Amino acid sequence: MSVIGQAVVWLNDPLNWTNPGGILDRLGEHLVLSAAAVALGCLVAWPIGLWLGHTGRGGGLVVMVANVTLAVPTLALLTILPLTFLGFGRPSVIVALAVFAVPPLLANAYTGVRQADPEARDAARGMGLSGWQVLRRVELPLAVPYLAAGFRTAAVQVVATAALASFVNGGGLGQIIRAGFGLDIAAGGGQILAGGVLVAGLAVLVEIVLALVERLVTPRPLRAARRGANRRAADAVTGG
Amino acid sequence: MSFRLSYRADPGNPWFSWQYVRDNSDTLLAALREHTWLTARAVLIAALIAVPLAVAAYWFRPLAGPILAITGVFYTIPSLALFAFIAPYLGIGAVTVLSVVVLYALLVIVRNAIAGLTQVPPEVREAAEGMGYGRWARLFRIDLPLALPGILTGLRLATVSTVALVTVGVVIGRGGLGQLIFAGFQNNFYKAQIMTGTLLCVLLALVLDLALAGVGRLLTPWLARRSS
Repeated sequence: MSVIGQAVVWLNDPLNWTNPGGILDRLGEHLVLSAAAVALGCLVAWPIGLWLGHTGRGGGLVVMVANVTLAVPTLALLTILPLTFLGFGRPSVIVALAVFAVPPLLANAYTGVRQADPEARDAARGMGLSGWQVLRRVELPLAVPYLAAGFRTAAVQVVATAALASFVNGGGLGQIIRAGFGLDIAAGGGQILAGGVLVAGLAVLVEIVLALVERLVTPRPLRAARRGANRRAADAVTGG
Repeated sequence: MSFRLSYRADPGNPWFSWQYVRDNSDTLLAALREHTWLTARAVLIAALIAVPLAVAAYWFRPLAGPILAITGVFYTIPSLALFAFIAPYLGIGAVTVLSVVVLYALLVIVRNAIAGLTQVPPEVREAAEGMGYGRWARLFRIDLPLALPGILTGLRLATVSTVALVTVGVVIGRGGLGQLIFAGFQNNFYKAQIMTGTLLCVLLALVLDLALAGVGRLLTPWLARRSS
């Protein structure tokens, strides 16, 4: 039987879905890990990115963070963090994933504030708004499309990277692929392929859903103008 | 000599140890060589496919949309899933790792090369046409040289991310330095081995990035002159 046939058979077995450690369990783990990592990343990156953008300093820092994280293998963080005070288990996996969520979030928050119309900023200043108020009432709303774009890039990346958590038995859908490789290609080929389909399907699904969300939160007048810059900001951060 | 050995304190499990590096220099060098070799081949193959693709997209604009869209979709697919798609067919070997990393590097280079090519000023293009340059002559003498900064940016990004990506190859036992990191984790959480593997990865990425930046400066002397 071909590998694809084996994969279909594997996916068609209801036990593979409902067993402990089956697809549904792994999917739940995957989503919990990813959501926690993205939330943590937002908590860290957005305030810093918005503030740096507001003051106009630290552009170099943003680029540097992106470049350095690009060079650090996910595997390294996943194996190093459990040996620190974070300990084994979810916290260290979540922090490792969050590290890779930070660059797109940071870059887009920074760019989002920087690109805010200087005239709007000046007008707000002229109306007597303090620096903090300018950030909150003018720059932040104008940066929302960028924040959404960064969120999407980061979330997709985290969902993709979370598959690697299986290397340290951190759970998630990657575990299915790893188990398949553990069986050896001839016996586990179907399971490997099925796991790959699940992981890739989830990533594409998240991408599509968040693209819709991004569209919804972007006010119509901002839609056309935004595209070029946000691609550039997103392109600065790549890697699987 | 022997009394010194007996007095050596309990080695514990330090994050870094020269002792480890010295004792395992052969293994380290072999892993480093495999990693470098995989990265170099991957980026080279990717560039050889990506640049012609970018030129095709540049010449035939209708192709640009589909090429960018397909590369975008591929980029969304997680690396582990790509391994899962390819390994059942190509087996467990360097070819599988190579295919996966080539695919990712390809996308980065294509995007940057297209960006670089489309940034060639239209006046320059028209001037070249007016001077009687044919399509190919214009490509090699005008378009590609002017797009070189973009292409090189793509190459550098691709190289750095490939170095990191090769480590995912541990899933089929061919991860280069990743193999070291992973084995360190499995063998009683040997911190020195994990850290050495990681540092070598980051250093390799840095060195290759700087080397490419240097090549870029040599190939585009006019940019350095302009900025000084």
